[in-house]
Amino acid sequence: MTSPASAIKLRHLLGIEGLSPETISALLDVSETYIEQNRQLDKKQSSLRGRTIINLFFENSTRTRTSFELAGKRLGGDVINMQTSASSVKKGETLLDTAMTLNAMHPDLLVVRHPDSGAVQLLSEKVNCAVINGGDGSHEHPTQALLDALTIRRRRGKLQGLLVAICGDILHSRVARSNIHLLNTMGARVRVIGPPTLMPAEIDRLGVEVFHDMRKGLTDVDIVMMLRLQTERMHGSYVPSIPEYFRFFGLDNEKLSFAKPDALIMHPGPMNRGVEIDSEVADDIGRSLIHEQVEMGVAVRMACLEVLMSQRRNEPSGSLPAGGGA
Amino acid sequence: MSRDDRAPLEPMALTNVRLIDPAAGAETKGGLLIRDGKIADLGPGLFASGVPEGVRGVDGGGACLGPGLVDIRVHACEPGEEHKETIDTAAQGALAGGVTTMVVLPDTDPVIDDAALVEFVQRRARQVKKANVHCYGAVTLGLEGKELCEFGMLSEAGAVAFTDGGKAVASAITMRRALSYARTFDALIVQHPLEPSLSMGAMNEGEIATRLGLPGIPVEAEAIMLERDMRLVELTGGRYHAAQISCAESVEIVRRAKKKGLRVTCDTAPPYFCLNETSVGDYRTFAKLMPPLRSEMDRRAIVEGLRDGTVDVICSDHWPQDQDSKRQPFIQALPGIVGLETLLPLSLELVHNRFLSLPALFQRLALAPAKLMKLPGGRLEKGAPADLVLFDPDRPRRIDVSSFRSKCKNSPFDERPVQGQVLATFVAGRALFADKEAPKALAA
Repeated sequence: MTSPASAIKLRHLLGIEGLSPETISALLDVSETYIEQNRQLDKKQSSLRGRTIINLFFENSTRTRTSFELAGKRLGGDVINMQTSASSVKKGETLLDTAMTLNAMHPDLLVVRHPDSGAVQLLSEKVNCAVINGGDGSHEHPTQALLDALTIRRRRGKLQGLLVAICGDILHSRVARSNIHLLNTMGARVRVIGPPTLMPAEIDRLGVEVFHDMRKGLTDVDIVMMLRLQTERMHGSYVPSIPEYFRFFGLDNEKLSFAKPDALIMHPGPMNRGVEIDSEVADDIGRSLIHEQVEMGVAVRMACLEVLMSQRRNEPSGSLPAGGGA
Repeated sequence: MSRDDRAPLEPMALTNVRLIDPAAGAETKGGLLIRDGKIADLGPGLFASGVPEGVRGVDGGGACLGPGLVDIRVHACEPGEEHKETIDTAAQGALAGGVTTMVVLPDTDPVIDDAALVEFVQRRARQVKKANVHCYGAVTLGLEGKELCEFGMLSEAGAVAFTDGGKAVASAITMRRALSYARTFDALIVQHPLEPSLSMGAMNEGEIATRLGLPGIPVEAEAIMLERDMRLVELTGGRYHAAQISCAESVEIVRRAKKKGLRVTCDTAPPYFCLNETSVGDYRTFAKLMPPLRSEMDRRAIVEGLRDGTVDVICSDHWPQDQDSKRQPFIQALPGIVGLETLLPLSLELVHNRFLSLPALFQRLALAPAKLMKLPGGRLEKGAPADLVLFDPDRPRRIDVSSFRSKCKNSPFDERPVQGQVLATFVAGRALFADKEAPKALAA
């Protein structure tokens, strides 16, 4: 039997870059089916009964981890959370040691978050199970981009042709990069807005328009995606101060007025009120999609778990060769 | 066009003057009409049929009339060192020197690294009611070279550009971020290029320093920092101004950068084209400067750089030091020369020695600095503010430091024979300074 989920051929979900528009659409379609289920009293399914899912987080994150945990449990799977620190001294060794140890316990799927770009791919090459990238360094956070896309698609009916502005610390943001890949692949137009010190070199080569003037950048925009600014970044090095950042790059009603009148606001969370976003804007029920994003997050993660698991249905965990790529 | 409150009610006609127009590069005999604090009209035929009714006529006696000097490097010492100078006394010196706009450095105490301090300077300037006063904001908090200041909010408060004053921004990553972040506001970063670890000396490194037993600062201290900064300008696409270049190598580096199309400008001060390291003589602390006075070859290269336009601006680097600061063993003395009142006569030496025409000199003294800092003065054109200097470029005299309005008299130029005398200085059309030799009609 071929369910829509099993029609999507993905061994791992390491990033958005390289996924076809058809694959992305299919993932969003599968995600849709879970939204209604999550709103029922009885949320549990059994498609992942008997499967072991380990959330291996080398970086703090309550929201994303909880979202993945709920996703796994609602599909009937056994979910284990492992919170460990990425030791700065023997990073590579610790990562692979941990992976090989876990591998011997035959998990079906690992969700991995790590502070170093590329660490999740490295791990995926050494384990037998499926791997979902829960965020690696400044590189990718594919499930975030997917949930953002689902949120937009449900509100606007499509992604193609929309003008989306991603604002904030683009330099350090994996959310920005995943969203740029996804939105471009699906035919949307992307702008990035921020001070030059928070803009990666040659980011325009990823197919985006760069703005340092937020009002100009927001002109005629359909969707405003605000990124969280980490306070460590602020003190005088990349950006002089919080008041200065908020004045020139914080989203408030005045700057928002340059966007389309029905423009919608998104934020991956958690928000720094008064830093990148004004409270008035964040709490504007009519325009803020922030809570919807969280709801879509669980549905999207359920879909990703199901899709990856369905590739493994005929392959018990011991027999797959390790290594997902070159 | 709103009326400037400082302007006199009565329009004034300046007749019989040599109009020095730096923008047009021309010198013309004619007249100039001031109304409501602005230049209403000017030209060769003006007032040919007499001064109109209701207009106060002043006969310039054939003297030169140019835009008031725009001095973009002044240590006003306020707040923090009011015993050395205040905004008021500096502004008095400015007017006597024909300077109608000055930009004060932020290395005060406290440092001008916050919008509140910019507003303080502006308030003092309004109270003082003399020359136009603007200020820089610091690049880094407390001039510590680490954390960037709030360029956006400082600019909104009125800071015209950003500099750490006499300290170089030494860290490459900090300079990179400063240039990059400044692009958000198209702000200008002004660097005093001296690699600190090579600048621990007291004068130019060389034979004289060796004989005097003084540690020297090689020209490489300046060249290395400047070269590094040129690469950072190229990397970031920022706007950069090198302050107080002193040597041939620096002129060459800036020349190459400009050829590449980088947005780089630079300035120098009269000591660097009038004097060389021999002025240190017998440990004369009045000749102690930072960067130090260099060799004769360097001095000539600075002159040539001014001539061919590589060096865009001449400013005073007015740096008052009281006697306690200068009456020390050379190595302990503080650097600095007061320069507001000698800026014009010393710069005129370039004209008298035929390196520059008068309009070209005023390019470097008034127009270029005004444009660089996006200020309204520095030009002789209809609608421009009536900030003017009436001067006799040829009158011979000797510099007399005791006549300086500045609180401090630290200048090695005392007794120096020069040619050039400011007769009157106008700010917003009002003659705020008039020499005893000024046209009598101004005395009213």
